Amino acid sequence: MSGCRLFSRRAAAVAAAATAVRASRVPRVFTATHRPLHTSLRSCSFAKELFLGNIEQKGVFPFPEVSQDELNEINQFVGPLERFFTEEVDSRKIDQEGKIPVDTLEKLKSLGLFGIQVPEEYGGLGLSNTMYARLGEIISMDGSITVTLAAHQAIGLKGIILVGTEEQKAKYLPKLASGEHIAAFCLTEPASGSDAASIQTRATLSEDKKYFVLNGSKVWITNGGLASIFTVFAKTQVVDSDGSIKDKITAFIVERDFGGITNGKPEEKLGIRGSNTCEVHFENTRVPVENVLGEVGGGFKVAMNILNSGRFSMGSVVAGMLKKLIELTAEYACTRKQFNRNLSEFGLIQEKFALMAQKAYVMESMAYLTAGMLDEPGFPDCSIEAAMVKVFSSEAAWQCVSEALQILGGSGYMKDYPYERMLRDARILLIFEGTNEILRLFIALTGLQHAGRILTSRIKELKRGNVTTVMETIGRRLRDSLSRTVDLGLSGKPSVVHPSLGDSANKLEENVYYFGRTVETLLLRFGKTIVEEQLVLKRVANILINLYAMTAVLSRASRSIRTGLPNHDHEVLLANMFCVEAYYQNLFSLSQLDKYSPENLDEQIKKVSQQILEKRAYICAHPLDRTS
Amino acid sequence: MAELRALVAVKRVIDFAVKIRVKPDKSGVATDGVKHSMNPFCEIAVEEAVRLKEKKLVKEVIAVSCGPAQCQETIRTALAMGADRGIHVEVPAAQAESLGPLQVARVLAKLAEKEKVDLLFLGKQAIDDDCNQTGQMTAGLLDWPQGTFASQVTLEGDKIKVEREIDGGLETLRLKLPSVVTADLRLNEPRYATLPNIMKAKKKKIEVIKPGDLGVDLTSKVSVISVEEPPQRLAGVKVETTEDLVAKLKEVGRI
Repeated sequence: MSGCRLFSRRAAAVAAAATAVRASRVPRVFTATHRPLHTSLRSCSFAKELFLGNIEQKGVFPFPEVSQDELNEINQFVGPLERFFTEEVDSRKIDQEGKIPVDTLEKLKSLGLFGIQVPEEYGGLGLSNTMYARLGEIISMDGSITVTLAAHQAIGLKGIILVGTEEQKAKYLPKLASGEHIAAFCLTEPASGSDAASIQTRATLSEDKKYFVLNGSKVWITNGGLASIFTVFAKTQVVDSDGSIKDKITAFIVERDFGGITNGKPEEKLGIRGSNTCEVHFENTRVPVENVLGEVGGGFKVAMNILNSGRFSMGSVVAGMLKKLIELTAEYACTRKQFNRNLSEFGLIQEKFALMAQKAYVMESMAYLTAGMLDEPGFPDCSIEAAMVKVFSSEAAWQCVSEALQILGGSGYMKDYPYERMLRDARILLIFEGTNEILRLFIALTGLQHAGRILTSRIKELKRGNVTTVMETIGRRLRDSLSRTVDLGLSGKPSVVHPSLGDSANKLEENVYYFGRTVETLLLRFGKTIVEEQLVLKRVANILINLYAMTAVLSRASRSIRTGLPNHDHEVLLANMFCVEAYYQNLFSLSQLDKYSPENLDEQIKKVSQQILEKRAYICAHPLDRTS
Repeated sequence: MAELRALVAVKRVIDFAVKIRVKPDKSGVATDGVKHSMNPFCEIAVEEAVRLKEKKLVKEVIAVSCGPAQCQETIRTALAMGADRGIHVEVPAAQAESLGPLQVARVLAKLAEKEKVDLLFLGKQAIDDDCNQTGQMTAGLLDWPQGTFASQVTLEGDKIKVEREIDGGLETLRLKLPSVVTADLRLNEPRYATLPNIMKAKKKKIEVIKPGDLGVDLTSKVSVISVEEPPQRLAGVKVETTEDLVAKLKEVGRI
């Protein structure tokens, strides 16, 4: 145990690497409510504790509840919204024409959908994260509208709510909430996507220090052509505490009226074609110093907070879409006959429905669990949990829409049916809002950093000969070697997880325990260089996502049984099914993380890709070739 | 004349898009867990009343519904559309099943008098029982003039001009206020209850009263014997020639 290079001082370096590597290319993010951003955010500790092999029950068990009042209110909203989207939104036309009709946009504004989380005193609806997620399920009926609304309020104007001054809020929020002004989030540049910290757009302070001059180009900005208010991120010169001059990012509220702002033409996209995506150029745009958002030089943090706080709602948006997909496809499968039998009688078709139902159940559970945690008082920062929801739901969406299209066979491929459009719309989910690759690295590194910090202090205690720590460590080693069954407090306590889910709870506990041990081993083996081991980090993230998902379904299913909700037996079925699957997936990933594990092909992968990328082509000789 | 006050009666019915199923014991249609919403014709009635208020011709719009606790949802929708306050005449669920047009008409008549309204709006009929009687009966009990199947409504001082869609075409009546108007499909297109309005509606009052408070007796003289689904439509038969057709028709005794 001695001589190990654990984090401590390195923690800062890892943190910097982690933040620099975090995604930022985001036309769309759903973020937290009207509560002001406090720099000392309390962290959701659930995901982080998993890295230490602990299951933190607080906030997770029991499944979060909303008040009866809130529930009544949400239910009141659902009816009119559903009606509007069913009767008045022609998704096919929006996709074909590549734009949302003006009067549809106007109706969306009058419905109040442009200011869902803007506080009431500024003219918005002031709804909580949970309610926002619920509405997302309905808005998901049209992908282009979903993205347009999200780019406007989840990221476009969110900065003003989170870190804006009272003057800024009073000046801008009312017209943004009513939709009179539309907002856009301008971070991405041609040379800076995932690597957000490398942006080149510059804001130079004027001689009289009254305004900044903004110059630069942003790319792929959703609502870029419609917006009149932009949240723009640019590099500014900042004098550091030690007197040196550094380039740091600052966030600005920029009005189109400030001048010098031009748009490129709308980009032709694969999907979400109704949403407006274009380049935005700033040429000597004068931005008054009053329009700095947050602190000068603190823009990167602002960007990250904006993006982190809204990710979770992708879970409910996709779940809403999947539920409708299941209905649509089931109608077909139960009426279409081949070989004189309904498609619904064939195993391969049934499997697809089970997949869709399971994925929908899991992401619903994860999304609302995260929303519930975010709605807790104290402004918690659940960025890891939210990132996990985003990764899971985006990949499940792509997979499930593809399977649904497959059920329809040739018809699914035709533009006459909505499936091909839904597939095209779904593809962006894995890319924007932080690519899934970046988010996996973020999930893994943030957790490992936390674990590293705790473990370093434990190592220090051991070195100092702290008796309790020594006893704890020895006790754990003994338990490991005797391979006793793991008890982390879930099973055997009917009040936490219902007995019908007991087996799954045991599997979860076992996974968590071994995950904690594996994390320790990884930190010991790699130390700070783990930042470079993306294939290892990917597995860590995948395990964590599965663990979080298992927890969410167990918590939700237990609540359903306890409350006596209809069809809770079906939920138990889905939950247990998912847990078994995830358990074995985790075991495989964990075994791959073992040193010298034969299942681990990382070395071979690296070698193959090196040889290919060296020649930038496929290098095998053609199978028909000869040597002479 | 912004001193006029309107009462709009709304009914909570099974949503029009739902595929209804008859209960196995044939006592009625299955309503548990089924999606309900405001009767579409009642929505049109509410919309008309709210439009008159927006034109400043009517001062106050009151929405009323008779039935169990869930009726309040329907009243809230009316409030979200623009009604000023609501009245819920509470009838326990078991009794609500036997509520028919005559009982509701008695309640509305008493309420119209109590609230001293000048206009009573209703939908022409409910999509669950299709009775098309409540408006007419209420007018009879109140001895008020009635304009049913309204496709256009214009207020003229102390009178109301109602254009009615009838089988023969369009009939226009001029009624002295107070009067009863029932809404037909083409009267207007109801607005969506927007989310901000739903939130504002939370602050509007809904008064809960019992039929007894109005001195109304709800006993029904009608009892439902059985409810059955219509017979399954059988496939037709194709014939080759007109002679075959005549022969077939004779066969089944139709000619």
